[in-house]
Amino acid sequence: MPPLAATGSGLLPMLAVVLPVLAMVVALPLGARGAERMTIALLLPGFLLALGTAIAVQSSGAPAIHLLGHWSPPLGLAFRADGLAAAMLLAAAIVIAAVALFARGGFGVRSGAPETRTAFAFWPLLLALWGGINLAVVANDLFTLYVALELLTFAAMPLVCLEGKRETIEAALRYLMFALLGSVLYLLGVALIYGSAGTLDITLLSGRLGLEAPVIVAAALMTAGLLAKTALLPLHLWLPSAHAGAPAAASAVLSALVVKGSFVILVRLWFGVLAATPSLPAMQILAGLGAAAILLGSAAALAQPRLKLLVAYSTVAQIGYLFLMFPLVAGMPDSETAAKAWTGGSVQAISHAFAKAAMFLAVGLMAARVGHDRIADLAGTARHMPVPLLTFGLAGLTLMGVPPSGGFAAKWLLLSAAIEAGQWWWALVVLGGGLLTGGYVYRVLSVSLTSSGALAPPAPQPPGTPDAIALGLAVLSVALGFVPLASFGLVQVGRMGLAP
Amino acid sequence: MSATLFGLLGAALVGIGLFGMLVGTQPLMRIVCFNLLGSGVFLVFGAVARRGGGAGFAADPVPQAVILTGLVVAFAATTLAVALVLRLAGNEDEDRH
Repeated sequence: MPPLAATGSGLLPMLAVVLPVLAMVVALPLGARGAERMTIALLLPGFLLALGTAIAVQSSGAPAIHLLGHWSPPLGLAFRADGLAAAMLLAAAIVIAAVALFARGGFGVRSGAPETRTAFAFWPLLLALWGGINLAVVANDLFTLYVALELLTFAAMPLVCLEGKRETIEAALRYLMFALLGSVLYLLGVALIYGSAGTLDITLLSGRLGLEAPVIVAAALMTAGLLAKTALLPLHLWLPSAHAGAPAAASAVLSALVVKGSFVILVRLWFGVLAATPSLPAMQILAGLGAAAILLGSAAALAQPRLKLLVAYSTVAQIGYLFLMFPLVAGMPDSETAAKAWTGGSVQAISHAFAKAAMFLAVGLMAARVGHDRIADLAGTARHMPVPLLTFGLAGLTLMGVPPSGGFAAKWLLLSAAIEAGQWWWALVVLGGGLLTGGYVYRVLSVSLTSSGALAPPAPQPPGTPDAIALGLAVLSVALGFVPLASFGLVQVGRMGLAP
Repeated sequence: MSATLFGLLGAALVGIGLFGMLVGTQPLMRIVCFNLLGSGVFLVFGAVARRGGGAGFAADPVPQAVILTGLVVAFAATTLAVALVLRLAGNEDEDRH
């Protein structure tokens, strides 16, 4: 492929990365209250930058490209926001905004009140995480992607143990160990690829690597490393305890965004860097692991006694769906089927981000008001907290893939692509996963909707702003299904791996 | 010649570090092994730089820049991990008293 040329709109994704990182650095000396104000002030500009990127990419039909310092690759580094990146930027901006507004309740500093350590840590970490996810989706260079991965890990790990309880610190340490192993394996792969091709720019690498020993080893190492970060079964062991132990606002960003960062990098690796390398067997293995994650993760969620753990295992299962797109896109490249599978995977990533953030926020509200999150003792919550329960149910619809939700659109696209590609077994997995998901969502709803016998009724509270924010995210995840599928054409723009 | 030797040494370090990280149970041991593994990767990168040297350079500068950045990241990761281990150890002391 020819080297990249900068486009006028390339400034937008560059600013989307730089602003949160800059704000994080400035926020540190300002203290908790200043950091909170800074974050809130940045939400709207960040959203507009993401929206601007999406509009520019959609209208021009080409990726927005920025060359840092006007040096073009291989000498310099490029940012390349294609359709998938623009959609992820937009999803990240919305989830971060919702979580930040939600978190003002828990981590906000009232005027006159002393600042707390957790609030001081939370706001800069949220900004760092935002910068990290934006960098992970727009960077076009394997080493910059490594930096983005580390930035995400270092921002996400402290969020896990924000409350400082012993079990959360243990969960954070386990998470850090998995993440460090993952990133160092990734880096080793980067070294091998640099050794055989002499560049790290994805566009330049694309189509240049054949089926040689160093490339195969590098692909295996990088894939294993990224799977550990994405928490695909069997490397998911760190996820449930880490995501369930974190405060609700933190769990929401961890489950909705952090695991998607490494997923997007994996997509760039297989469909960008290794575009010309025959890889269908590897793809079938990836999708096989994804299928196992869907079935085993959902089954584990069915067996969980605690609500937060149930939602965390549901993340393990939903991540599996993302990996079904790999063999479907690679099976018949350049076909309508591949485009369908690609859109299906992208919509799954985005609708899961909204639904899971909404679900974690709703579960956090319920747990905070009831004082525990044991599913068996949730009877009567429907009466006292109708809005969080409605949020849980709506988000559950998306996760199940019930029409007309965003999750339905994603799963329908994957299902029909699987049948068109002649790989019908993945369609069975999608259907089975939907049934199991229905099972664990029903488990929570059925208990909550029974009238409370033994439960001492907590003081009925009027639904506040946090309830509305969680509900808004859930509604958004369902509303994605109403968007006409043709306008998902955004994610097709600049898709790598197509014949030139 | 020396590049090959360093590459092989790097591979050996990667092997030792990976083994320790996967089978180790003690957090401190695993952190040390992570550092061994990281050093191995940097050594491999160095060998790559040496082999890629051309146009009058003794070595390719890009991998060297990557190694420098990687060292900083590995250092930061190590401090974070050690801080967590210290917190856990502190909790244990409190529990005992």
